[in-house]
Amino acid sequence: MKTAAEAALAQTFSQARDRLPGSGAIAAQREAAFDVFAKAGLPHRRVEEWKYTDLRALMREAKPLAAPPDAAAKARAKTAAAMLGDLEARRLVFVDGVFVPELSDIAKIEAGLRVGSLADALCAGDSALTAHLGKLAPTGDVAVALNTALMGDGAVIYAAPGATIERPLHLVFVSSEKPVATFTRSVMVVEPGARVMLIESYEGPAGSDYQVNAAIELFVGDGAHVDYVKTIGEGAEAMHVSTLAAAIGAKARFNSFTFTAGGAVVRNQLYLRFDGEDTVAGIRGATLVRGRQHADTTLMATHIARGCQSREMFKAVLDDEAHSVFQGRIVVRQGAQKTDAKMMTQALLLSERAEADNKPELEIFADDVQCGHGATAGALDDELKFYLMARGIPAAEAESLLIQAFLGEAIEGIEDAGLREALIESVAAWLKARGQKPV
Amino acid sequence: MALLEVKNLHVEIDGKEILKGLDLSVDSGEVHAIMGPNGSGKSTLAYLLAGKDDYEPTKGEVRFDGKNLFEMEPDERAAAGLFIAFQYPLEIPGVATMTFLRTALNAQRKRRGEPELSTPEFLKRVRDTARNLAIDPEMLRRGVNVGFSGGEKKRNEVLQMALLQPRLAILDETDSGLDIDALKIAADGVNRLRGPDRAFVVITHYQRLLNYIVPDVVHVLSAGRIVRTGGKELAMELEARGYAQYQEEFAA
Ligand SMILES: Nc1ncnc2c1ncn2[C@@H]1O[C@H](COP(=O)(O)OP(=O)(O)OP(=O)(O)O)[C@@H](O)[C@H]1O
Ligand SMILES: [Mg+2]
Repeated sequence: MKTAAEAALAQTFSQARDRLPGSGAIAAQREAAFDVFAKAGLPHRRVEEWKYTDLRALMREAKPLAAPPDAAAKARAKTAAAMLGDLEARRLVFVDGVFVPELSDIAKIEAGLRVGSLADALCAGDSALTAHLGKLAPTGDVAVALNTALMGDGAVIYAAPGATIERPLHLVFVSSEKPVATFTRSVMVVEPGARVMLIESYEGPAGSDYQVNAAIELFVGDGAHVDYVKTIGEGAEAMHVSTLAAAIGAKARFNSFTFTAGGAVVRNQLYLRFDGEDTVAGIRGATLVRGRQHADTTLMATHIARGCQSREMFKAVLDDEAHSVFQGRIVVRQGAQKTDAKMMTQALLLSERAEADNKPELEIFADDVQCGHGATAGALDDELKFYLMARGIPAAEAESLLIQAFLGEAIEGIEDAGLREALIESVAAWLKARGQKPV
Repeated sequence: MALLEVKNLHVEIDGKEILKGLDLSVDSGEVHAIMGPNGSGKSTLAYLLAGKDDYEPTKGEVRFDGKNLFEMEPDERAAAGLFIAFQYPLEIPGVATMTFLRTALNAQRKRRGEPELSTPEFLKRVRDTARNLAIDPEMLRRGVNVGFSGGEKKRNEVLQMALLQPRLAILDETDSGLDIDALKIAADGVNRLRGPDRAFVVITHYQRLLNYIVPDVVHVLSAGRIVRTGGKELAMELEARGYAQYQEEFAA
């Protein structure tokens, strides 16, 4: 039995397959990926990884593929991602999933850096791209399969060996008012010893039930240092599914932070692989949801090489009837001796109707490792709130202070001061809006 | 009318009556001491006045500056000039002491229609107050009370009081846990604030504190009621004779 959304996706693919960018091997890759979807259908709650996010039930329809943005949509995109403005990053702007060069900072690209559009690279049959595309993204994941089948545009980024890219790169994904579907795919290759900071931000208007499916494949070479941040600030009715698939080399440093505050339904997937020895990684995130928002963070970290250290910390703040999910699995393969992995997930429930599902798991096949995980869920501490109020701080402000304190531990893990500030500001904006909502 | 007027106050916690008809009247400019055995209800009175949730007044009334205290939220009471130095100050990890002090001070000022303090003004005030109370500014960089010793927490309560300049401060065993020098410093902090527009209620077990903060009135609180009121000599008498006579009298 096919749902309406599944039928619509099949129709979309059959209509678009001939005009999607890329031919030959790329077209074959699309077909193979679409087959994965055609066989499995949209993931539903009997699929273990999607138990808490029943996409088949949540996705009642599949929106048509986005058309290239018009001038009005581009004009509105100029003010996107204001919160991250102080970072003075090199912005690559995508409107409805299409790269917009005139809004992007593509002049004076520093030595050691190459940036371009995926659509261009696919059309040109760029061999550097085809060597990497699809190499990290898990083929069995239906969300990723749909992305591969329908990918239209995205960013292709290359940092040369040893290059320090001073200016952060910022992929700005903006959706216009049109209720459409976008499938973006990006690839970033950070060669050994290079240093890069990459930010992805997603946003769109509150009144449109658009759908975003985004994926990025990230190759972190030996001794490279990568900071990665994703902020999901989609409009209130939007559906957002995004995937990070990363392979990290030896003696590297990798810090990631994913921040989810917007969207009606969000699925944030992280697939991380520790391929080389002695790498240090911090994988953190914060989710702030209210109303009837549903936000799922699913993390799979696989330690293949020995001696890596990873710290996973995910915090969720939930108000009203919001629902958050954290599924985190750390796999330590047989060869990954001396792995040091600690995962913590905590939910703060501001309302009795909110629901947080936490599922941390460890699968360990090596015997000489230090691994642990923990999960907590609870309400604000009334005693602390009273203490603050007894000093004259009004209830809403007291709650804000305590919520910020709760998130602090995760946000303080962000190494870059500018990014940290930007996220603290984003949290403050969320709290301010919370204080202003009609009771 | 007195600044604080408590009449026939009955208070329950979890359905159990703790205060059983308490009367207390404190005028501006006065310092009152309340002494009494463990479990007699002293902290209950302090929490009730602060506006803590589980403290249910079942009978009686409390007026602060003429206003019905029961109709005010804890933060409104604070902004109106009521301050309680708690017997057991809490630790608030993740909330920086400076942020806490600043938020509190400015929230009170805002509610009273006064302008917020600028950052330099605020910092100067905190620094001066901390110096007066011999508080190491290093401590203020930490989370509120996080990793503070028992005595340091008490000093931090006095710091808050000195910054917020309340009209009525209730000090619940602020002296317990303080070393001899700290006790003098804290007492000096209180004495500096004394004046015709301010009042204090000092809850203590020890006459020693009252050598430094000399009270105008001393009350004995036993089994949920004020059972005796006198001058500062009453504290001496209690020190010598204990509470036995009051407990027998009101044991039922
Ligand atoms: N949350 C509570 N639930 C039940 N009983 C309580 C609670 N808090 C206080 N009590 C009881 O109320 C009574 C009065 O307690 P309170 O803390 O006011 O005493 P106190 O006079 O301050 O004593 P101390 O001198 O030891 O500080 C005690 O019997 C105590 O056990
Ligand atoms: Mg007490």
